[in-house]
Amino acid sequence: MAMLSFERKYRVRGGTLIGGDLFDFWVGPFYVGFFGVTAVFFALLGSLLMFYDISQGDATNVFAFSVNPPSIKYGLGLAPLDEGGTWQLVTMCAVGAFVSWALREIEICRKLGIGWHVPIAYSFAVLAYVSLVVIRPLLLGAWGHGFPYGIMSHLDWVSNVGYQFLHFHYNPAHMLAVTFFFTTTMFLGLHAGVILGAVNPGKGESVKYGEHENAYFRDYICYSVGPYGIHRLGLFFALNAGFWSAVCIIISGPFWDKGWPYFFDFFLKTPAAIGNIAY
Amino acid sequence: MGSYASIYNRIQVRGPFDPGVPLRHSSDTRIQAKSFSYWLGKIGDPQLGPLYLGWSGAASLAFGFIAIEIIGLNMWASVDWDPYAFVRNLAFLSLDPPPAKYGLNPLVPLGDGGWWILAGFFLTTSILLWWVRSYTRARALGMGTHTSWAFASAIFLYLSLGLFRPILMGSWSEAVPFGIITHLNWTASVSVLYGNWYYNPFHMLSIVFLYGSTMLFAMHGATILAVSRFGGEREAEEIVDRGTAAERGALFWRWTMGFNATFESIHRWAWWFAVLTTFTGAIGVLLTGTVVDNWYLWGVKHGIAPSYPSVYPSFPIPDEAARSVIQ
Repeated sequence: MAMLSFERKYRVRGGTLIGGDLFDFWVGPFYVGFFGVTAVFFALLGSLLMFYDISQGDATNVFAFSVNPPSIKYGLGLAPLDEGGTWQLVTMCAVGAFVSWALREIEICRKLGIGWHVPIAYSFAVLAYVSLVVIRPLLLGAWGHGFPYGIMSHLDWVSNVGYQFLHFHYNPAHMLAVTFFFTTTMFLGLHAGVILGAVNPGKGESVKYGEHENAYFRDYICYSVGPYGIHRLGLFFALNAGFWSAVCIIISGPFWDKGWPYFFDFFLKTPAAIGNIAY
Repeated sequence: MGSYASIYNRIQVRGPFDPGVPLRHSSDTRIQAKSFSYWLGKIGDPQLGPLYLGWSGAASLAFGFIAIEIIGLNMWASVDWDPYAFVRNLAFLSLDPPPAKYGLNPLVPLGDGGWWILAGFFLTTSILLWWVRSYTRARALGMGTHTSWAFASAIFLYLSLGLFRPILMGSWSEAVPFGIITHLNWTASVSVLYGNWYYNPFHMLSIVFLYGSTMLFAMHGATILAVSRFGGEREAEEIVDRGTAAERGALFWRWTMGFNATFESIHRWAWWFAVLTTFTGAIGVLLTGTVVDNWYLWGVKHGIAPSYPSVYPSFPIPDEAARSVIQ
C-alpha cells in the first residue's frame, strides 16, 4: 500500500483545473489528473525521441550522448529530423511536460488547501529553461542558439558561449545570479543547521523550539529573521537566482554583443573621474 | 478563506521585546540593545537585538576590522591616496599575493605581497574566531552544533583556496587576491590555466550541490509558506508532534513526485546539500595543479571528454612569454 498512515482522509475529490472527475485518481503514491496524463505523454515521447536521436549517431559513450539543436542556417524554421529537428521536438515535449507538471502541482495544492507557492516557484525554473532554448534563440533568430541535450555537450556549450563574451563573470546579471546562488546556499546551511540543532540537542538535553532558534541567531549575528521569515527569505533568494540567471543569458547576444569586460568601459570613462591619474 | 503568505508581511506583530532564553556557562551576558525595525518587519521578525559579544566575538570583530583596513588602505595607496580614484575604481583595485619568486616565504616585503599575507592572517583568525562563536553560542543555549559544522565546510573551501593549495603548490602566488574584479579574474584564469574546470568532476559535483541547494530552498521555503496557514513555520514543534501542516506538506510532494521527506529529514537533505557544495568544491581546488594539471586532458584520458584534432600542430610559445607568465 502506497498510502501513509494519515493519508486516506486527505485523498478527496475535486480541485481539478480541467477534466472534472475524469483523471481524478492516484496511481501508487502519484496523483494523476489531466495534467499527469499530459506530463507522462510529453515526458515519454521526449525521452523516446532523445533515445532515437542518440541511436542515429555513432556514440557509444554515455558522456558523448547528445541531442543537438539544428544548424544556424535553418534559422527559426523547422529542420530535418536528423539535423536538429528531433531537438526541436524534444524541446516542445520538454516545455509541454514542465508546464503540465506546474499545472498538476496547482491541482494538488487545491486538493490540499495549501498556497500555490511551489508551482509559482517551479515556474521560475521553467522560465530559466525556456529563456535558454526558446526566448534567446527567438531573439537571435535561430534555434541553433539553444543548448544541446547531453552530459558533456551542455557543459561545452556553457563554456563556449561564456568565452564568446570573453569573460562571463563581468556580466552584471551573472554577478547577481551567482551571488544569489551562493547566498541561498549559505542561508540553507544556516537554517538547516539551526533546526537540526534545536531538535537534536545531544544527550540529556531537551528538544528546543522557536524561541531558542531566535535566541541563537540574535546572540550570534544580532538578528533573527524568524521561523516564518527565513522561508520567505530563502524562497526569495532562490527565485532571484533563477530569475537573474535567465536575465544574464537573455541579454548576452540580443542586447550585448561585445565581450562583457567592455561593459564597464562606460564607468571607467566617466568624466566624474576627477582623480583620473595614470597608474 | 484563509490568508496566504506573500512576499512581504502585511501585518506586523509587536509584542514586548524578547530578551532571549537564559544562557548557560557563558562568561558574559547579552547586550540588551533593544530596537524594532519597521523595514525588517516587512520581510521577517522586526526585533533587532539583543546581541552576545563575548571574547571570541570581540576578538573576531577586531581581527576582521584590521583585515579590512589592511586591504582597503593598500587599495587606496595603489591609487596614490587619491580619494576620487579610490571610490571610482574600488571594484577594480586589488591586494595581490606575493609573486612566485618568494615561494612560501612568510617574510615578504610588505609592498610586494607582505600585506596580503598579513591581511590573510587577520581575516583567517577572524573567521576562525567567528566559528568558535557559532559553536559556543549553540552550547550556551543547550542546542546541537550543526550550524558550526556547516560553517566549517565553507571555511574548508576558503582555507583550501588561500592556504592549503598554495602550500601544496609551494607558492603564495597561487592564492586568490583580495579584490572584487580581481578575484573574478583569478577564478577565470585558474579554470583556463588548468584545462577548463568544467571537466573537473568535483567542480561538477559542487555545482550540482549549489544548484541543488537553491532548488531545495525554493521547494522547502515554498512548501512552508504554502502550509503556514496551518502553522507550518513552527518546524521543531511539527517535528516532535506532527500536525496537519506537516502532513499536507509531505502529501504535496508524495502526490507530485512519489516521494516525500519529513519535517526533520528535509533539513538533513538541506544540510548535506549546503555542506557538500563547499566540501566538494574544496576537493576540486586541492586536486588542481597538485594531482591534475589539465582537467580537459584528464577527461580525455578517462573517457568523459572527446579528444579534438590538433588544429595548431606546431604553436611555439616564445621562451620569454612563458617565463613572464610563470612570473
